Amino acid sequence: MVLNRKIAYVNLSTGKTSQEPVPKTLRKLYLGGRGIDMYLLYNHLQPRIDPLSPENVLLVGAGLLGGIPCLGSGRCDIAAKSPLTGAVGDSNLGGFFAPELRLAGFDHLAITGKAEKPVYLTVKDSEVKIKGASHLWGEDTFETQKIIRQEEDDENTKSLVIGVAGENLVRFANVRTGMKNSAGRTGMGCVMGSKNLKAIAVRGTGQLELNHPDELLEYCKQMNDMITSTRWAKAQSRWGTMIIYSNTNTTGLIRTRNFQLNQLKEGQDLEPENIDRYSIGTSGCYGCAVHCRHRYVLREGPWAPLFGEGPEYTSLGAFGTMVDCRKMDTILIANHLVNKYGVDTLETGGLIAWAMELYEKGILNRKMTDGLELEWGNEGALYELIRKIAHREGFGNTLADGFREAISKIGKDSEYYAIQVKGMSNLHSDERPTPSFALGIATSTRGADHLRSRPAIDMYGLPEDLLKEVYGGPVASDYNSYDGKSRMVWWQELLYAVTDSLGTCKFQTVFCAVHAPKWEEFSKLIRLATGMEIAKAKLMEIGERIYTIERMFNLREGFSRKDDNLPERYFKEPTPIGLPVARNKKIDKEKFNEMLDEYYQLHGWDKNGVPNEETLQKLGLDKEPTNLL
Amino acid sequence: MQKMLAIDPEKCTGCRLCETACAMHHEKLCAPEKARIHVTKWENEGIYIPIVCQQCEVPICETVCPMHAIKRDSRTGAVTVDQKTCVGCRLCVQFCPFGGIAFDEQTKKITKCDLCNGEPVCVEFCEPQALQYLEATKLNMRRRRAAAEKFSDYMKKALTNI
Repeated sequence: MVLNRKIAYVNLSTGKTSQEPVPKTLRKLYLGGRGIDMYLLYNHLQPRIDPLSPENVLLVGAGLLGGIPCLGSGRCDIAAKSPLTGAVGDSNLGGFFAPELRLAGFDHLAITGKAEKPVYLTVKDSEVKIKGASHLWGEDTFETQKIIRQEEDDENTKSLVIGVAGENLVRFANVRTGMKNSAGRTGMGCVMGSKNLKAIAVRGTGQLELNHPDELLEYCKQMNDMITSTRWAKAQSRWGTMIIYSNTNTTGLIRTRNFQLNQLKEGQDLEPENIDRYSIGTSGCYGCAVHCRHRYVLREGPWAPLFGEGPEYTSLGAFGTMVDCRKMDTILIANHLVNKYGVDTLETGGLIAWAMELYEKGILNRKMTDGLELEWGNEGALYELIRKIAHREGFGNTLADGFREAISKIGKDSEYYAIQVKGMSNLHSDERPTPSFALGIATSTRGADHLRSRPAIDMYGLPEDLLKEVYGGPVASDYNSYDGKSRMVWWQELLYAVTDSLGTCKFQTVFCAVHAPKWEEFSKLIRLATGMEIAKAKLMEIGERIYTIERMFNLREGFSRKDDNLPERYFKEPTPIGLPVARNKKIDKEKFNEMLDEYYQLHGWDKNGVPNEETLQKLGLDKEPTNLL
Repeated sequence: MQKMLAIDPEKCTGCRLCETACAMHHEKLCAPEKARIHVTKWENEGIYIPIVCQQCEVPICETVCPMHAIKRDSRTGAVTVDQKTCVGCRLCVQFCPFGGIAFDEQTKKITKCDLCNGEPVCVEFCEPQALQYLEATKLNMRRRRAAAEKFSDYMKKALTNI
C-alpha cells in the first residue's frame, strides 16, 4: 500500500534509529511531503531553539503521490527551523531521491542530534545505518554522490548531499541531488552541516501497491497529455524556465543592478535560445514529461571543459541581470560554482548584487572586500566572491551569514538597499508593477520567495469570468491592479501547499498554465493511487491547515504582521524603464495594507495575522502540538 | 510489416516514465525495479541510455533455454517467455548481450519485454520520443536520413568556408 510507508527517526548524537508507521489520521489532515513535514516541525521543536543546535530537526519527506508516472512526482521536501531566517525552513527539490526513499519503505526521515564526526546515513530497503564520512568531508556535491555510488556498489543509489558551503555552515547552503536538483532556500544544507551529516543515501527495490493500477496508469497518461499540451510546458520542454526571461526582460519586470533598473539593456546573449550553443539535450526529473532543464557543456574559455545542468531562470537573474553580467558563459560558470559548492543560487546572487550596489555607493570599499573590485559586470569578482562565501573567507564570511547579520556588520544605509523579506533574499523579479507578486513575497512563510504563492497566470490578462471561475471570487484581469489579488495569492498558497504535499511539480499545476491539473485532478489521482476520497473542498482545507500551521510556527518564533512587508524601496522608488505596463510603477503602501487585510481574512486570521479561534477549531489545529508521531 | 522498439538515446531525458509505466502495466505496481526497460545513466556526464530486449532475429536466450520456454510471438514479433515452463535457471540472463532479461526475486522466474501485445506502454509515455515503435525498414530509413543530415551539415560548412 502507498499508505504503509514509514517514518524513520534518527538521533545522530546517540546513533539510535527507530521506525514508526505514518498514522492514517495524519494522512487525512496533511497528505505527506511538506504537509507532514510541517506538522512534525511544529510538533518536534521547542520554541526559540538555536537552528544550529542539535535540537533542530532535519525533516525529509516524500509526497503522497511520489512515484506515480506523471506530473513530475519525484519531488522531495526538506524542512527544519531555518538558520537563515529563524522562521519555517522548507525547501523542495526534484530528481530521483524521493521515489527511491518510498521504494525503500519510507516517506519521512526525522533527523535530530549531532554526530561527533562527519557521517552519512544510508537507507537500504528498510535498513537505516549511520556510516563514517570523514573521507567525504571537503568533497564537492558532484564527487560526493559519485563516491557514495561506488561505495554502496550500486549505480542506482540516490543521495542528498551538502557541499563545502554546508560544511562551513553558510546559512544559505543547500541540499542537492543529481547534477542540478537543489533544495536551495532557507539553508537546509547548513542544518545538515551543523549535524555533521554529509549525505543521505537511499536505495529502494520495493514497490508501491496501488488501489486502481490500470485506471491510474491511464489517468497518468491523460495528466501528462494535459500538461504537455499547454504552450507553457511546450516552451519549457525546449528552453526550460529561462523562457520567462524573454517576456520579463522585454517588459521590464526583472531586477537589474540589484534594484536600480528593471530591465537589462543589451541583454541579448541571455536570451534562452542561446542555450542551444551549449546544450547536448534536456533532462527530466522522475516521472516528468516536461524535462525543463538542459545538460550543457562549456567547450571554450578558461573554465572549459565544464559539464553542468540548468540553468534556471533564477540563475539568469542571480548571475546575470542583478549583477549586470551579460554573457551566457558567465551564467553557466556561476551556476556550476554554486552547484559544486552547494549554496543557494538566489541568496548568493542577491547578496552579491547588494554588495555591488553598496560598493558603488561607497558604503563598501576595496579594503572591506579584500581588494575585490565589486563593480557591475565584473564576472571575475563574481566567481571569486561565490568561492569566498562558500569557504567563509574574508568578505565572503560577512555575506555567508545572510542579510540580517551582514547588515548589522556593514551598518550605515546598507539595510535600505537590501532586497529581502524576513531575512531571505528575494529572487530577481521586480514586483513593483505586479501587486499580486509583491503580496506573495511579503506573506511567504519562508521569507521572500515566489514558490509559496506566485500566481504567474496573472501576467496573461485572462478574462475576468475565467479568473472568477478558477479563484472562486472576483479578480482583476489587469496585472497592475490590486483588486482581488489577495484572493489569488491566498488560493495559490493553498494549491502549492497541497502540491508540495503530494510530491508533484508546481510547474505541472496552475503556475503558468490555467488549464493545468489542479484540485479535481489531484483528488482523482489520490483516489486511484491510495483509495482515499478527498474532494476539492477538503483538499483546499488541507492546504489551509498546512499554511496555517506554518504561520503558527512563525508566530511562535516571534514573527508578526510587521514581517509580512516589502523592502522600503518598493514603496519609494518607481521603476525607471520598460514598457508602459512596467514603467513608473511602485507599490502603494495603503493599497498594499488593504491587500494584506483581505489576505488575512481569506485565511481566517485576524488583523495581526494570528489565526482566529474559529479557524483553528475548523482546521483541528486548536490542540496542536498533539505529537501524534 | 513487423515493428520494432526503436531507441534513440540522444532524445532520452532520463525521466524514467517508461520504467514506471512498464511496471504498472505488467505488475500492477509502482515498482521501477520490476520494469522490463531500464534507463542506464552516467549522471555526472549526462548520458542516458534506455536498455530493453532487442527481440533479436536469432535470440540467444531462446537458444540457451534448456526448457524451450522462450518463443517468438509470430503476430507481434516479441520474444516471449512461458512462465509455466520457465525453471528460473537464469542462463538467458547470463547470455543476453543487452541485459534485456531480468530475474524476478519474488516469482523466481525471468521477465522480459513482450512489446505489450503490440502496443508498448513505454512508447506511449515517452514524451521526447526517445522510444518509438516503428516498422523495422522505417528505422533504417530514419537512421540513414539522420546520417545524411549530419553529412550535409559538414558539406554546408565546408562550402561556406570556401
